[in-house]
Amino acid sequence: MTTVQPTRTGLVALKMGMTRLFNDAGDQVPVTVLKVDECRVISHLTVETNGYTALQLGFGTAKVKNVSKAVRGHFAKAKVEPSKKVVEFRVPPEALVEVGAEITADHFVAGQQVDVTGVTVGKGFAGGMKRWNFGGLRATHGVSVSHRSLGSTGNRQDPGRTFPGKKMAGHLGDEQVTTLNLQVVSVDAEKGLIMVKGCVPGSDGKWVLIRDAIKRPRSKDLPFPAAVRAIASEAPTVEAAPADTAIAETPAATESEG
Amino acid sequence: MNVLEEVEAGEIARLTEGRIIPAFSAGDTVRVNVKVVEGTRERVQAFEGVCIARRNAGVNSSFTVRKISYGEGVERVFPLYSPRLDSVELVRRGDVRRAKLYYLRGRRGKSARIAERTTGHGLKEKSGE
Repeated sequence: MTTVQPTRTGLVALKMGMTRLFNDAGDQVPVTVLKVDECRVISHLTVETNGYTALQLGFGTAKVKNVSKAVRGHFAKAKVEPSKKVVEFRVPPEALVEVGAEITADHFVAGQQVDVTGVTVGKGFAGGMKRWNFGGLRATHGVSVSHRSLGSTGNRQDPGRTFPGKKMAGHLGDEQVTTLNLQVVSVDAEKGLIMVKGCVPGSDGKWVLIRDAIKRPRSKDLPFPAAVRAIASEAPTVEAAPADTAIAETPAATESEG
Repeated sequence: MNVLEEVEAGEIARLTEGRIIPAFSAGDTVRVNVKVVEGTRERVQAFEGVCIARRNAGVNSSFTVRKISYGEGVERVFPLYSPRLDSVELVRRGDVRRAKLYYLRGRRGKSARIAERTTGHGLKEKSGE
């Protein structure tokens, strides 16, 4: 058995936009700036009550007047401020984080790889050339009116129909897309910023989900179960989740030592 | 200042620490000292010519320098804040009326000259130094 760290929770961030950074060698690195804004643990979903284990996280702060009474009660139970965005992350039971804890951006570490999920920019109804990279028809040689058309969509009397799934014009964009294996260039926990190399699906100002790269081995240096901000008048950041680490880290720790 | 501007301002501050980039614009003759890596050794190579364009876009700012090298026009685009730039020296100020001097590409010799600017912005500061 390989000593793999259990799945950690992901985070939701706001896509702020793209810029470039220079690394030590002087190379330009294109980065997307993602902002993790007041990420709090709202509740745990357990096998007994929900049939699966997950962590419910809230992001941002919603105005209390805009939150319905029922939802307000849900936040009150966790003793956290109402959040703008609520997301579930499926995690194994040992990766659960205390309810009410605030997870910080340094949950992700510079150099690691992450998967980022977002909803792509909507392009509306698009033709075959834009949507499927079709070549279109010729510019001259008798082609009239249909320079950007699809061309043929099938055969002749046999089969006599267009096969299902034929690539045609239609709605493009505004769909959920996950970009795999993006490198984290730097993390600023104070400002809640995560710089990810390359581009991320979605327009600026939209929510995106960040998770540890699913197709890459996870480093043992990552904070487990999560990087938690020390709650006022409690232990410093490193030991902020003692209750969890006591239960959770034991199997992981012994594994990593072995 | 929004988040992105803040990030860029921080990056510029980090990159310009301990170095001064002179205020220059299109038409000015500049000498750009570029760090060149040869195998394991690093040395500084100068590229001197007329700045024909400047792109002012925060940390993405760049400028284009054009020179005639062995009878052949050569242009290089430098990122303004690149750590690969050892330094940028202002050699001569030019008197031009355009922001982008792409018209120089079609010219050679006498018609490609730019008169020296002796008045206007940025000059008082220089004489005081």
